[in-house]
Amino acid sequence: MKVYMDYAATTPTDPRVLRAMLPYFSKKFGNTMSLHYAGREAKDAVENAREIIANLINSKPNEVIFTSSATEANNFALKGIAFANKQKGKHIIVSSIEHACVLESAKWLKKQGFEVSYLKVDKFGLVDLNELEKMIRKDTILVSVMHANNEIGTIEPIEEIGKICKEKGVLFHTDAAQSFGKIEIDVKRMNVDLLTASSHKIYGPKGVGFIFIREGVEIEALLHGGGHEFGLRSSTLNVPGIVGLGEAARIAKKEMKKEGEKLKRLRERLEKNVLKIENSHLNGHPEKRLPNISNFWFDFIEGEALVMYLDMKGIAASTGSACSSQTLEPSHVLLAIGLKPHEAQGSLRLSIGRFTTKKEVDYVIEVLPEVVEKLRKISPFKGK
Amino acid sequence: MVKLPYSKEIIRHFKNPKNLGRIKNPDAIGEAGNLVCGDTMRIYLKVKEKNGKRIISDVKGEVFGCVVALANTSLLTTMVKGKRLEDALKIKKEDLIRKLGGRSKIPPIKIHCSILALDALHEAIYNYYKNNKLPIPKSLEKEHERIKASIKIIERRHKEFLELERRL
Repeated sequence: MKVYMDYAATTPTDPRVLRAMLPYFSKKFGNTMSLHYAGREAKDAVENAREIIANLINSKPNEVIFTSSATEANNFALKGIAFANKQKGKHIIVSSIEHACVLESAKWLKKQGFEVSYLKVDKFGLVDLNELEKMIRKDTILVSVMHANNEIGTIEPIEEIGKICKEKGVLFHTDAAQSFGKIEIDVKRMNVDLLTASSHKIYGPKGVGFIFIREGVEIEALLHGGGHEFGLRSSTLNVPGIVGLGEAARIAKKEMKKEGEKLKRLRERLEKNVLKIENSHLNGHPEKRLPNISNFWFDFIEGEALVMYLDMKGIAASTGSACSSQTLEPSHVLLAIGLKPHEAQGSLRLSIGRFTTKKEVDYVIEVLPEVVEKLRKISPFKGK
Repeated sequence: MVKLPYSKEIIRHFKNPKNLGRIKNPDAIGEAGNLVCGDTMRIYLKVKEKNGKRIISDVKGEVFGCVVALANTSLLTTMVKGKRLEDALKIKKEDLIRKLGGRSKIPPIKIHCSILALDALHEAIYNYYKNNKLPIPKSLEKEHERIKASIKIIERRHKEFLELERRL
């Protein structure tokens, strides 16, 4: 049996999305910049997708700019805002549990002479609003806090952060790669100036994402050229990808509520049973959490071996263990919420999605305790 | 089948690890750890004396660690079972790496994990010599000093586990 429980990493393209995309490869292949019928056909499709996304996040269509990924969108948000506002100030605030593409962009900006402050989180992964207020200075130009965390699923108090930033006159960016299409997003109510997301996390194709930039916000382009996307992102548009993202967003809007409830039920079943394993723990916020992510840690065992044994049983999962990272460092998110390195070592993320069945959850519930037990038996810890 | 991220030798040992677990009344125990990632392992030895020769009659290993750490413990135990202690000491890091598929098949950051079991084995043999008041080769003594220092750091890192163990 094959059980995919890594939806937070990526999702399969929904067959309905694929169907919507197919005409735009060979039949409706035009370049959106062309004046002729083929170009207009492509442009119509792109504008349609733009409207669907604007509708889903409650923005204007011309505030949505397509990119090649959420990583590109986040690089654009941080670097573009930093360079457009360097006369105002050079101070940027990011949370300590951001995705690598935000943290690395901030790090790069530091090398360019900007100053970066890192907002701490509590044991559930929530940022401290009081700390944020104290951190904002006269020369602060941008605050970037993700909407929901990709490892532990914790949902940040975006609306409150947005309010603080608005009052202090600081631009606010949120990385919504994990939350977009899964929980409600309203850029007006949340007071965000920039929001970024990806297609492949919501059953769309890989290689496409977008950034919402509130009208009137000054930003420097990263890519210069033919002036696509309102002059903010030159590159021939990935029309099939954008059509796919649009269709994925359309389905998400229609099915979000029902799907969220289904996922919550499945996740509860999963967590209730996994936590029956002795010395197992749940990471992340108990309630303020995406409906599809569970992050556990198990004492006395190591995550890479755990993931590989699960893989041999057909289960796809992921871990924040140092052994599975390129740097031999445990997950920065798990360390930020206060886990000790050896605890992060035994972490396991299971993330479910649209095509997860109860049967699959039950299979994991059956297999996981056996694998944990197997590894504990050969661990030098937990001696009897 | 999709290609696995490790050599087939590593995967073979990982899939069916040999001699993992604990020996109840061992003649010696050795411990070693990776300072970078915190991987820890323990080797248990049973030694039999035969015509004045000391032979490893049984060996087992315990691992808190990754795929490569598990695989090399399994591999090393199969290599030393039935060997005389002084012959077991002749096994070199490069021998282990070669048997795991060679340096080209092991990610550079995993090289340390792939030889960790050797440290634990050397510690076990050192402890055996010491417990039995036998002469200890100079090179082994030197290694013992190095491994002992690393284990202290690892123990601090796993302090909570050790406390939890005591409570259980």
